[in-house]
Amino acid sequence: MTSTDTAPASKGLAVEVHGIVKHYGATKALDGVDLQVRQGTVLGVLGPNGAGKTTLVRVLSTLIKPDAGSATVAGYDVLRQPKQLRRAIGLTGQYASVDELLSGYENLYLIGRLLDLPRKQAKARATELLERFSLTEAAGRPARTYSGGMRRRLDLAASMIGRPRVLYLDEPTTGLDPRTRNEVWHEVQGMVADGATVLLTTQYMEEAEQLADELTVIDRGRVIASGGIAQLKAKVGGQTLQVRPGRADQLPEMVRCLTEAGVPGAAADPSEGLLSVPVTGEEQLTAVVGVLGTRGFAIASIDTRLPSLDEVFLAITGRRSTPDPADRAVAESRPGHGSQDEDQDGHRNKNQAESKNEKEYAA
Amino acid sequence: MSAAVAGPLAAPAARDEARISPAAHLRHIGALTRRNLMRIKADPESMFDALLMPIIFTVLFVYVFGGALSGSQHGYIQYLVPGLLGQTGINLAMAVGTGLNTDFSSGVMDRFRTLPIGRASVLIAKLVAETCRGLVSFVILIGFAMLLGLEVKTGPLEVVAAVALSLVFGSSMVWVSMLLGMSLRSAQAVQGVAMLVIMPLQFGSSTFASPSTMPGWLQAFTKVNPLSALADACRSLFNGGPLAHPVLMVLAWSIGITVVTAPLAVARFRKRT
Repeated sequence: MTSTDTAPASKGLAVEVHGIVKHYGATKALDGVDLQVRQGTVLGVLGPNGAGKTTLVRVLSTLIKPDAGSATVAGYDVLRQPKQLRRAIGLTGQYASVDELLSGYENLYLIGRLLDLPRKQAKARATELLERFSLTEAAGRPARTYSGGMRRRLDLAASMIGRPRVLYLDEPTTGLDPRTRNEVWHEVQGMVADGATVLLTTQYMEEAEQLADELTVIDRGRVIASGGIAQLKAKVGGQTLQVRPGRADQLPEMVRCLTEAGVPGAAADPSEGLLSVPVTGEEQLTAVVGVLGTRGFAIASIDTRLPSLDEVFLAITGRRSTPDPADRAVAESRPGHGSQDEDQDGHRNKNQAESKNEKEYAA
Repeated sequence: MSAAVAGPLAAPAARDEARISPAAHLRHIGALTRRNLMRIKADPESMFDALLMPIIFTVLFVYVFGGALSGSQHGYIQYLVPGLLGQTGINLAMAVGTGLNTDFSSGVMDRFRTLPIGRASVLIAKLVAETCRGLVSFVILIGFAMLLGLEVKTGPLEVVAAVALSLVFGSSMVWVSMLLGMSLRSAQAVQGVAMLVIMPLQFGSSTFASPSTMPGWLQAFTKVNPLSALADACRSLFNGGPLAHPVLMVLAWSIGITVVTAPLAVARFRKRT
């Protein structure tokens, strides 16, 4: 082996991806993706179902080989040094990859042993992580009896056993209820505080804002925007103010008054009975409320929210993030596609479609 | 950079991270075998086939066909039961692929495939656990048949040899089964194809009836069928009789099947997503 085998990540980058391409037949799951993750930071990869997020994670965790392009993780080449790379990474997928029949403890102990920890240390590490992820009480129970959130936490714990330098979290909170989602976020923040570099894929702007330092937005296998959260938000107009009027029939009049008062972008949503106004700062927020107040409109409730993924997409690409009907038809024709996981690169579903195209890892 | 993540246990031996030592391979296979055995413990129902199949087959065939085939149940039990070792073995072996196919849909395989372990380890561990299952099944088969009147006319060593030979052949069929399990899409398909493989091999053999009454073309098939050889070898090991030819044939088949299918199975394991 050459000295490059143990070369540290260059320029403080934990993940470097250049022009990664992965096609499945006519479907371009990844169509030339470039991205970088600095050490000790969290990169959020934001994109709708089928954007290629999972395929990207699978390429970076040596589960599939790209058709073109190169990538290094923790200084190791994805194609040439898969074995070394595997020692440096942890993966938590969209679907909890724990053994349902084994207890939480046994799941973690097994992975410790497979990572070459001596028995004693594997035991200690499993116990420590169960404690940390609040699973001590459930440690002896089979994982199939766990709730969704506990399973996800066990999955996170499993990916932490080897103290990975780079963690991939592939839609870690998809399908979780808000409380459980908060628990998972809390754990991820803890991992980041411990110094892990994280590549997080998500469909939720809110999740990206909570966890990520930087964002890369991908769509149909391409990067369509990247940068800091603030930059991206500036691009898409920051927050949206939502006003529920006391009388829904006043909506059009409210829009007219705001427009006259020089507030741009006010729009009525009669079906929801809501007035929405994009706001970029406090002054604008005050102005909107001021205008409505002085004109004597009754306000039932007022709320601000972050732009949804859909709105981000609309702002960046000028079209909605939902796949067009043709894409959807393709996704749904795949065998084993459930209604809930129609992610076209969701790993569970593309087993068959992909396996023929995948080159073998000579690992 | 990993200072904060690295606690008292630093990453083991960074000298040559790509190499997995033979000892490490053994440890990995051991840990995975332990997992497989614990899965059986956690789901005892998964042992039903291994426990009940030999009993059901013995009862069915001895009492349904025994009288007709060899004039007496007692005579038939001596003929049938040694052959049932191979029959049970191949049935258990072919079920492995279905399980493996299901494993792949659970995400656990993804976890294993992102760990720095040898690619064959997961499959070898599966094979070891299945061999244990087979052993339990064979012990039950022989014990139960002895209750029904099976006599060992040779000695305990020969019985052990018959069990060992059946396990060797069963192992080679486990590779076939794992290859099928990873090549076909659904667990149902695996089961279907496994049946297609099993049925002609089982019944076109000397396991249940002597091939002497079969038509010529079928006799020709039974002559090359490894299950015939295994049944003949086991019968000789229980009742005395010619050994060298059937034993060599079983070993040749087992080695041949393993040499061809094991590397293919490992390759599929790497490629399967």
